[in-house]
Amino acid sequence: MFKITKSLLALTASALIFTAGTASAKVEGDTIILGSAISFTGKYSTNGIHASNGYNLAVKVINKAGGVKVGGKSYKLKIQYYDDESTPARTAQLLERLIKQDGIQYMLGPYSSATTKAAAPVTEKYKIPMVEAEGASRSLFTQGYRYLFAVLSTSEQYLASSIGLAAELAKKAGKKPQDLTAALVFENDPFSLDVRAGVIDDLSKFGIKVVIDDKMPRDLADISATLTKVKAVKPDLLLISGHSKGAATAARQIKELRVQVPMIAMTHCESAKVIDKFGGATEGFLCPTQWAETLSYKDKMFGTAADYDKLFKKTYDGYKNVPYQSAQASAAVMVWKDAFERANSFDRLKLRDALAATNLKTFYGDIKFSKAGNNIAKPMVLRQIQKGKLNVVAPSKWASHPVDFPRMVKY
Amino acid sequence: MLGNIQLLLQIPLLNVQLLLDGIFIGAIFALAAYGLALVWGVMNVKNLAQGDFVMMGGYIAWALSNPKYMGDYAVHPIVGLPVAIVLMFGFGWFIYRLIIRRLVGKDLFTTLLATFGLAIVLQQLLNQMFGPEVQVAESGFQTRTWGLLTVADIKFIAFVLMAILAAIVITFMKYSRMGQAIRATAQDPRAAKVMGIDTENVYAFTFALNAAICGAAGVLISMIWVIQPFFGLAYSIRCFVIVTAAGLGNLPGVIIAGLGLGVIEQYGGFVLGAEYQQAMVVSMLVLVLIVRQIQQSRQRQAVI
Repeated sequence: MFKITKSLLALTASALIFTAGTASAKVEGDTIILGSAISFTGKYSTNGIHASNGYNLAVKVINKAGGVKVGGKSYKLKIQYYDDESTPARTAQLLERLIKQDGIQYMLGPYSSATTKAAAPVTEKYKIPMVEAEGASRSLFTQGYRYLFAVLSTSEQYLASSIGLAAELAKKAGKKPQDLTAALVFENDPFSLDVRAGVIDDLSKFGIKVVIDDKMPRDLADISATLTKVKAVKPDLLLISGHSKGAATAARQIKELRVQVPMIAMTHCESAKVIDKFGGATEGFLCPTQWAETLSYKDKMFGTAADYDKLFKKTYDGYKNVPYQSAQASAAVMVWKDAFERANSFDRLKLRDALAATNLKTFYGDIKFSKAGNNIAKPMVLRQIQKGKLNVVAPSKWASHPVDFPRMVKY
Repeated sequence: MLGNIQLLLQIPLLNVQLLLDGIFIGAIFALAAYGLALVWGVMNVKNLAQGDFVMMGGYIAWALSNPKYMGDYAVHPIVGLPVAIVLMFGFGWFIYRLIIRRLVGKDLFTTLLATFGLAIVLQQLLNQMFGPEVQVAESGFQTRTWGLLTVADIKFIAFVLMAILAAIVITFMKYSRMGQAIRATAQDPRAAKVMGIDTENVYAFTFALNAAICGAAGVLISMIWVIQPFFGLAYSIRCFVIVTAAGLGNLPGVIIAGLGLGVIEQYGGFVLGAEYQQAMVVSMLVLVLIVRQIQQSRQRQAVI
């Protein structure tokens, strides 16, 4: 009995020493430690790993280039990770742990809107600034969070640009945008409904009429009834959003039912790998993306977007395309570096103000935060599947190819 | 909604499209539901992992056709059909020995809890092995069109294969020794035992047969819709609705209910929108339960 008490005592003591030792771990020697709870397992694991690869690559490149200069001294960056198992409740717990136990004062975001939504109240409570790269939901930026900054475009912008494009094309063809009709197929989840909200705003701006407005349940893998309706009603525009499942289901059934809509736009074309799977039937799909390696953005650290693409593929095996999830994660680390150097301090309140004043050009795009914390300097770009390749077609400033309209598909 | 009904009246061909799509997909539901009816009827186990067996079958076909797993030996996913039947039969037997054996004769709550746990384990296993992405197995078959009407060959082929499988199962149940033993055990396990039937063996075989049938359904699902480790639940629910509607040991009923459910889903999706497509399934269950309740209370029998 005595022995057990003794060992328990020793254990508690060592735990105490351990926590005491790490309580000021925000900066250890010449290393600045960033923290992140991200999904290495569970349903977000693929993209969680893409994102952490992006974080790690940026850390590697920044450290190699001399690190972060604060007060005339160079510091290296390091990231303390935990696996949130793709569950928001776990993300919140792990952030508490990162902040209270590990003493981390500078956060990088988790992967997905759902986990970011769970993380933000925690960082807010402890006044810990967090730069996130993977939570696009509009609702993250309507809560009045002061310590949350996002480098990516928010979800309501995902498909909105395709509507501007449709209106532009209609005018060119001598038609009025008001004469256009649109069919909407959106999954019944927070992300897709955000996308839908942006779409509805833009549709009413141009006076485009909605003829079909179906919401796909989460477990449903069949929209053939909706597409049959689309074939009968013949809208000018078909807009689809429902993660990879929605994109894969839609692409498969558009092919099967031979849907002939002149313009089809959908999210997650890439993550659902629709080109590989359904080939020619996907010709002309418009796919929004946060970033593409063909864009002409550049910075001093990574060079151009194409340079980043090359470096990433060289560093990590098995990537045919660099996912934008990785690119934006790297950009988030760059935002931290920039903020440390401008604040010239480790004080997290000063850093928050420095983050809020960010005005940075990166290979990923320009970064400037609104009061709500979302990035307002970078537009979503729209790519079209043309002969099996994704080419940027809108906005016109970044377009590398003219848009094919109506889409030239041969079933 | 009225506009959609008008559309159906204006273009009658749309009805044909919805009917065909509903019947083709309903045939697959019917088969998986028949497996459930067997297990439920013979050993009174309500298997909540039914949909996850379907997903496993889908992953077998997908993995067989994927060069990542098979290298140069990747084959057409339809080859997965016999492979899935064999593998899932073995797997079903294994699960019977491991878990289900302990559930026979236990109360409703225990069987539901145990098979629900099994479902969660299977989901996570698939997730660990194949990742959480949505996958499709591409059959490469063509689509036939007649004006507005389109029929994907794969759906038609799936329908025919399902019909053949159903015929085999029916013949087997009717004429083979094992089939007779299964039916005898379903009627009265004790009497069957007295007659020298090894009921333990019959149970194991029944459960394995169910897993094999689900696997076959999954192979076809992977080529018609999409598969994902966590999508099994929707199929479990459909199976329960069909079996509840048709009653146990009523194969023609299961087939009609399955096809009907397929058609109702399509019409629900068309008229009320995709958001009601699955709600239709569940409201059918409520409706069926109400009707059954009324019927049975008239006969003064307990509701199953």
